[in-house]
Amino acid sequence: MVPLTYYLLLSGILFTCGVLGFLIKRNIITIFMSIELMLNGVNLSFVAFAAHWHALSGQVFVFFVMVVAAAEATVGLAIIIAVFRTRETLNVDQVNLLKL
Amino acid sequence: MTPNPYLWLIPALPLAGAAINGFFGRRSSKTAIVTVALSFCGAAFALALYMASTFSSASAPYYLDLAHWIRAGSFQADFSFYLDQLSLVMLLVVTGVGLLIHIYSVGYMWDDDGFYRFMSYMNLFMFFMLTLVLAKNYLLMFIGWEGVGLASYLLIGYWFTKDSAASAGKKAFIVNRIGDFGFLIALFLMIKHFGSLDFTRVFAAIQPMQPETAGAGLLTSIGLLLMVGAAGKSAQLPLYVWLPDAMEGPTPVSALIHAATMVTAGVYMVARSHVIFERAPAALTVVAIVGTLTALFAATIGIAQTDIKKVLAYSTISQLGYMFMACGVGAFSAGIFHLMTHAFFKGLLFLAAGSVIHGIGGEQDMRKMGGLRPYMPWTFATMGIATLAIAGIPPLAGFWSKDEILWKAFNVSAAYWLIGVITAFITSFYMFRLMYLTFGGEYRGAVAQEAHGHDDNGHGHGHGHGAPHESPWVMLAPLVILATLSLVGGFVGYGNRFEHFLAPAFSGATEVAQEAVPTAAESTLEHMLMGVSISVAALGWLLAYLLYSRMPMLPARIAESLGGLYRAVANKYYVDELYAILFVKPVVDGSTTILWRGVDQGVIDATVNNSADSARHVSDNLRHMQSGNLRSYAGWVAAGGAVVIAYMIWMGVR
Repeated sequence: MVPLTYYLLLSGILFTCGVLGFLIKRNIITIFMSIELMLNGVNLSFVAFAAHWHALSGQVFVFFVMVVAAAEATVGLAIIIAVFRTRETLNVDQVNLLKL
Repeated sequence: MTPNPYLWLIPALPLAGAAINGFFGRRSSKTAIVTVALSFCGAAFALALYMASTFSSASAPYYLDLAHWIRAGSFQADFSFYLDQLSLVMLLVVTGVGLLIHIYSVGYMWDDDGFYRFMSYMNLFMFFMLTLVLAKNYLLMFIGWEGVGLASYLLIGYWFTKDSAASAGKKAFIVNRIGDFGFLIALFLMIKHFGSLDFTRVFAAIQPMQPETAGAGLLTSIGLLLMVGAAGKSAQLPLYVWLPDAMEGPTPVSALIHAATMVTAGVYMVARSHVIFERAPAALTVVAIVGTLTALFAATIGIAQTDIKKVLAYSTISQLGYMFMACGVGAFSAGIFHLMTHAFFKGLLFLAAGSVIHGIGGEQDMRKMGGLRPYMPWTFATMGIATLAIAGIPPLAGFWSKDEILWKAFNVSAAYWLIGVITAFITSFYMFRLMYLTFGGEYRGAVAQEAHGHDDNGHGHGHGHGAPHESPWVMLAPLVILATLSLVGGFVGYGNRFEHFLAPAFSGATEVAQEAVPTAAESTLEHMLMGVSISVAALGWLLAYLLYSRMPMLPARIAESLGGLYRAVANKYYVDELYAILFVKPVVDGSTTILWRGVDQGVIDATVNNSADSARHVSDNLRHMQSGNLRSYAGWVAAGGAVVIAYMIWMGVR
């Protein structure tokens, strides 16, 4: 039986990787994937706790997160395609029209 | 007391006229305006005459409770009217003289652009003045009191594009506020102590009280405060300064408001409150002293004025002083008698002066008049009658009323009488001076100057006025009627008939003591005093004749030899300058430095401006967060998340 701490550590590492990628990367696809990484890091902690406490609600919640993530991916990818079509770039630093 | 359902119509008719002309006058023809103004005013006069004809001592006084107004606890003040002998005299004077001056105005103001506005204001004034006169309680009287002040303000500043006229209007209004302040406090005292402002109820409450002899009591305070109000409205010392400036208004306004009717409201109010004053001898003495001093003071200023209307203005102040002197010695009916005759001859003097001014194209400086007698014989004749009347030459109106006052004053104190006689002498002098300067000698106006080849220093009349000319009949008719009244108006006082007529209104007055049949000695004394006042009047005439007709060079030399004294009189004793230093300047300076620069700019503006400024600075810095860079947004989100987590951890640790 793997202790709960390991799961949580892995979950933290995944989340931190996601945050760092989210902040550092310029490619919008990569940023997107970083967000998924963060979500999955959180999902991991959910299921780990669920298994540890023998409570089902954590696992149910993961399903919700996955559904939301799927919807988000759909919308996000659609936006990315639209952005690429108009600006022919995936670099977020060049997509900065929305400013004062 | 008899109810009379038509009483409210008398003030309401001029109000209707004012409303019609005010709202529709701009688009209607001048004929229509005149018809409206004169018919509503004339209807009020006709109604007043009808009231007078049905008026008998048995049924008097009339009253009418028109509508409820204020009902608060036990206090009540209603729209109710009251007509006794005193208000009847005022009513006839106001509507009668008012109607004549309305007719005159038609001729005088015909060419003015704001003709409808003028007529509307005049009617409005009539409404307020009649409300004042007919009111049954002090509060309604106060409404009329303030209303005539408003009408006066509007009409003094009638030519509001002229700066001096606008300022004169404001001055009149502000000086009157000081008086009204006293009046209001007197009303508050009455409400507090008698719980009512109704004449009958207040007087009924006061009737059983004893005269306050030692020191000041409640009635003395009320009396003095009422006198403050009267001094403001009736231009007595020290609040007279607005009346000479009020001459900036059109001449019919000076005649109606600032000579015949409105300025006498103070006298009416004091006479109406005679119950209070009789029980406050100290206040009554103050009234007498103020009146006497004002009479003398204003008369001396009148000597050195060169503006024809200013002379008449100071003369008005002086005559009002006589009226207050009369009230102050307890001779209320003599005061009201002089009020009536004064309305006739002073109204006439102003109208005649207006006719002169009209005839020579707007000139008011008497030094530029002279020799007008052949050009305007009617004006000369009527003005001459008025001058004789005001100077106190028998048997004209002014003689009877002025002599009555002097006789009553003599019975109280010879000092009042002496000052009154001196004033009568000065009055006679400056009035005949005015006559000789205006009508005697040769014409010194612009036309004559050109004819003589003098340098015409560009005193531009610019109306295309040629030689002086007589006024149209519409202006002369009121002059003639008023001249007739000035001639015979005094006879209503013959054999004390006027006094007996007014007696019910002044029942319980101190005059009862004098009602006793005069002894032979008293009668002789009265005739001697009468002789003295006639001779001083004649003396004043003679002096004016010598100085201004026989030796026209002499006055200038006398003025020169008097030096500083003459300059002080010519500059009205520098009272305006004194008031400017004492009252106006501190107020202006205080308002500028403390209220404007200090409070308004320093506190109120600063608060608003600084909060707006700081909001802008903060936003200026915050807007750099909106860089448009996606990754910086991400950074802010992450930082925010980190802060929230740190906070939660910290809270969890605690």
